[in-house]
Amino acid sequence: MMTPAIKAEQLSVSYGGRRVLDQVSFAIPPGSFVAVLGGNGAGKTSLFRAIMGLSTPERGSVLVEGQPVGRGRMPVGYMPQMRRMVAGQISGWHMVAAALQGRAWGLPWCSAHARAEVDAALDAVDARELAARPVMSLSGGERQRLLLAQAMLDHPRILLLDEPLASLDPARMRETTRRIYDLARQRGLTVLFSTHDINPLMGFMDSVLYLAHGKALLGSVDDVMTTPALSALYGAPVEVVRANGRLFVVADGGGDTLHCCDCAEHTR
Amino acid sequence: MFAYEFMRTAFVAAFLAAFVCGPVGWFLVLRGQSFASHALSHVGFAGAAAALLWGQPALLGFGLSAVVSGMGMGVASDRVVGRDVMIGLVLSLAMGTGALCLHFLTRSAGAATALLFGDILGISPSSLYWLAALAVGCVAALAVISRPLLFASLQPEVAEARGVNLRLLDVLFLALVGIASAMCSQITGVLLVFTLMVAPAAASLRLGFGPMSGMGVAFCLALIEAWGGLYLSWLTDCPASFWIALLGSVVFASANGVAHLRGR
Repeated sequence: MMTPAIKAEQLSVSYGGRRVLDQVSFAIPPGSFVAVLGGNGAGKTSLFRAIMGLSTPERGSVLVEGQPVGRGRMPVGYMPQMRRMVAGQISGWHMVAAALQGRAWGLPWCSAHARAEVDAALDAVDARELAARPVMSLSGGERQRLLLAQAMLDHPRILLLDEPLASLDPARMRETTRRIYDLARQRGLTVLFSTHDINPLMGFMDSVLYLAHGKALLGSVDDVMTTPALSALYGAPVEVVRANGRLFVVADGGGDTLHCCDCAEHTR
Repeated sequence: MFAYEFMRTAFVAAFLAAFVCGPVGWFLVLRGQSFASHALSHVGFAGAAAALLWGQPALLGFGLSAVVSGMGMGVASDRVVGRDVMIGLVLSLAMGTGALCLHFLTRSAGAATALLFGDILGISPSSLYWLAALAVGCVAALAVISRPLLFASLQPEVAEARGVNLRLLDVLFLALVGIASAMCSQITGVLLVFTLMVAPAAASLRLGFGPMSGMGVAFCLALIEAWGGLYLSWLTDCPASFWIALLGSVVFASANGVAHLRGR
């Protein structure tokens, strides 16, 4: 039997005194492209931190490729949200290069070999020209490409992407998703792709990991995005409505739309 | 000008301060912690005044208090963010404590002026050995941590994910800022540390240099400011601190102009 890329067993994680993941169990096969869905505070980032070994679970465990997680020694590339501006006018190339052997003590020299590695990572996401420009002058989508290049350094086998579509317009969301999907398929990567909006991922993802109220549900879109499945997950009645080719997840009574997704396009 | 020993001493001291302030300031600006140097120099003022009161060198008191405060800031970094009233009160208390110590000094007026605005021409040749040791130690330590520090400064989340200890780096770096502030205060005084530490570094970053060349350019600009200030002070008989502050503004404005012309 193939070892799962990521396996959570009875995993409980708290953040700020609140239990955000409560005895969650799932197994993600290698090479999967998984959309991680959930509202604010549902535990998406906490799950990523647990997978990277940056937080200690209260209970349970996480195994990456069958091994217990350990800080800084996982075969994991991480792409955070670009929340803050980089000071000054440092170029995209230097921002990406900073991650290469960034743990090692010493001066931030770049050898010819290191330069070639950075250039190769930039080429993989078609960002070599962008990288010559100051980071501050780049759009959100262009910065995301640099962050993706940075995540690809050191040849990870698993990519954790934290809201890579945040602040992008719909066309850029689709383009970014396709770029990540192509890269993942070429290199056989396992991808966990957190998002509030699964719309741009339709047709690309193999499965959905839906987080709510501390619980998790992993399965195909058709298995997870159903009224009974999500009502059980939320522990309260929610309704999954299909209308005009779109999929809406609404709270009981229709007051709040929890998530929506466009089901019209299932092709790549 | 160089016939006088105090001028030769001043030029060497200015070189050593620029040697430290350039690279430390580059990281300070990159990390958005420019006001840390200002804050540490305020706390250092209290330490320096207390040291003078107890008959110890001002540099020793300044250095110790600034380094300890810097490390404290690094340890408590999460808890001081957004607490500007508390920070302001601590800085005011430090300045008030410094004023109290100076009150009990018989030569308080001269000491206060020297601490607040610098007295580069009053640096003794024997102090140069201390300054040189601090400069070499500080830059060597920065060289050791500069690669992970750069990573942590640009992408803290990714750096943490790759196993970089952000808290440790914060503490070590702010300790180095404390040392750099102590050295810089010998040249510019407590109130004008910002101009030698931040202005050259900000100009270097504005011009778009990479890390290694950027730190080098920041050092060169700091040296131009410091030596230029000394030379103009010699010519005009005005305080070197004034000229250094003025040159700092000119350097940053010029860098902005060049960056603007280059469309950056």
